[in-house]
Amino acid sequence: MSSSSAIELHDVVKRFGEVTAVDHVTMTIRDGEFFALLGPSGCGKTTTLRMIAGFEFPTSGEIRLHGRSIGNTPPYQRNVNTVFQSYALFPHMSVAENVAFGLQMRRVPTPEIARRSQEALDMVRLGGYEERRPRQLSGGQQQRVALARALINRPEVLLLDEPLGALDQKLRKEMQIELKNLQQRVGITFIFVTHDQEEALAMSDRIAVMNAGKVLQVGTPTEIYERPTCRFVADFIGEANFVDARVTGVERAHNGSEMPSVTLETPDGLVLRAVSQSAVAPGSDATVSVRPEKAFLTVQAPTTNPANCFRVTVHQVAYIGSDTRIIVRLGDDRLFDVWEQNSRSTLDRNEYWQPGETGFVWWPAENGLVLTE
Amino acid sequence: MTVDTAPGMAAPEHTLERARRRSERGRLAALLAPGLFYLLLFFVTPLLVIVLYSFAATGDNGRVEWRFSLDNYVTLFTSPIYVNAYLRSLWVGVLTTLICLVLGYPLALFIVRQPPSFRNTLLLLILIPFWTNFLVRTYAWMILLSNNGPINALIQAFGFGRIPLYPSEGAVLVGLVYGELPFMVLPLYASLSRFDFTLMEAASDLGAGRWRSFRRIMLPLTMPGVAAGSVLVFIPTVGQFVVSDLLGGAKVDLLGNLLQRLFMRSNPPDWPLGSAMAIVFMLVLTAAIVWYFRATSREDR
Repeated sequence: MSSSSAIELHDVVKRFGEVTAVDHVTMTIRDGEFFALLGPSGCGKTTTLRMIAGFEFPTSGEIRLHGRSIGNTPPYQRNVNTVFQSYALFPHMSVAENVAFGLQMRRVPTPEIARRSQEALDMVRLGGYEERRPRQLSGGQQQRVALARALINRPEVLLLDEPLGALDQKLRKEMQIELKNLQQRVGITFIFVTHDQEEALAMSDRIAVMNAGKVLQVGTPTEIYERPTCRFVADFIGEANFVDARVTGVERAHNGSEMPSVTLETPDGLVLRAVSQSAVAPGSDATVSVRPEKAFLTVQAPTTNPANCFRVTVHQVAYIGSDTRIIVRLGDDRLFDVWEQNSRSTLDRNEYWQPGETGFVWWPAENGLVLTE
Repeated sequence: MTVDTAPGMAAPEHTLERARRRSERGRLAALLAPGLFYLLLFFVTPLLVIVLYSFAATGDNGRVEWRFSLDNYVTLFTSPIYVNAYLRSLWVGVLTTLICLVLGYPLALFIVRQPPSFRNTLLLLILIPFWTNFLVRTYAWMILLSNNGPINALIQAFGFGRIPLYPSEGAVLVGLVYGELPFMVLPLYASLSRFDFTLMEAASDLGAGRWRSFRRIMLPLTMPGVAAGSVLVFIPTVGQFVVSDLLGGAKVDLLGNLLQRLFMRSNPPDWPLGSAMAIVFMLVLTAAIVWYFRATSREDR
């Protein structure tokens, strides 16, 4: 992956009348990246993508493609292609005609069009489907035609709008792998929009998490998941327990961890120890975020004396098959999720937690993250 | 002795099935009968009468002579009065259709792009000509276009001399387009409202500018609307005679005017010739309808 940038957004704003859909977004998407714009409905991710494609022009701010400003050029003059959510295949044309369309618009000579169309269809494994009509194809096949139709033009960046949304679960998993392989083979930057965080985590090199028109965090899947910078990101990606507390003490980073240790106390007297990515002042309010799979539930308190260890009562148990999800009552009236993997194959109900049982929930300090936003 | 029960059991079932089908057919016939009777009486019979008349001859005194004659058809295809009338009618029909298309398509496109509430208002406005009487509309145009009318007043205000706007072929066109435009706009609107505009974005994304996107994507996919609108404008236009009479006077003689004359106005009337004319007219229109069906069903294939 080279370090040059494919797309740069500088303080881009998009307003539709009274509504600000994109609110001062600045970010850089690198060459050759598989980049995701992730967020809930209405967060501005699709509008951002459409501005990169040229279907909308920014109200203010700049968009650059490999250094060239493209903010106000129309789509047919940008070297960027889009795969639409509905695929938007031309129903009155055959697969071959659909795929060849972009080259025809550029007045590429006919023999070259024929050769490149063949290549494009082979690349998406649809060789032999040239004469079919879009309505004769399955959803997955239609998507592959849309991909071929876009990639044949050798765009600098490929944009995908919720590409896997319309596919069923199994096909979606297959296409995730296929898209990833395709991107690596073709070598160009792919930018895709999705509201499915599992998909974003699985496929992307980096993710931009958006909400209400703003970019909250940009990072690798690991960074986004393990080191969210704000409560929304921690909540939107995966599951998390949030414990509100006040900072009582801060210790310098030690034990090889680069993050300072923080001690906090909850209103109902629980003392927590966690780590923080940014500086926090004693006395300030904060939230500790603990992922359910990073907390443990045992009958006895462990002898290793972990930083966080509390006696709890089991409130509810959900058996998911691969894991068990236990909700415990922690402190005065707080519910806390703990996920355990069912690593032992047993039908013995006594092996599983039951509501009403007591135990200890515990986790090391570094498994809790202090969030101030 | 083994008794084969299968045939034995099939016999009563088979009869039951046949009886059921017979009663269904009977019911179908009963439902269709009134409609068929109506069509037979008021459509097929008059049509046969006209066909018969078209092959009859007209005597010198104007009375119908009942002998087989192709004179009428020969006259229609050779006499310049009639040939010119056909050509002029077809020309007026084609011109009206084209003008309605060029005006109607952008109009329909504009309406489709509006928010739904406004769309209904606009469609209502397009339909206003329907609510006024056809003759009243035509008279209104006569007033507007007359030498003392508002348009000439405007021209004179600019210092130009009075322009006789009607009777003329142009006036007839204006009157026709005005009356027929809704028939073009509504089918186009229906076709456009089912059109997926994302396809235009896709075309644009792939390098097509606005004209090429329209020509390669929107136009082919809205062809059913274009065909429907064209036929709905062309057919009445070719046959009409009121507008051409009032706004064109003696200068514009269309098919309808001639037909009217042959059947009613001339003394003596010439029913055989008129019938032949009507038949030829019908065949031309049938050809147009066949083309319409071909143009629309092609999309479904």
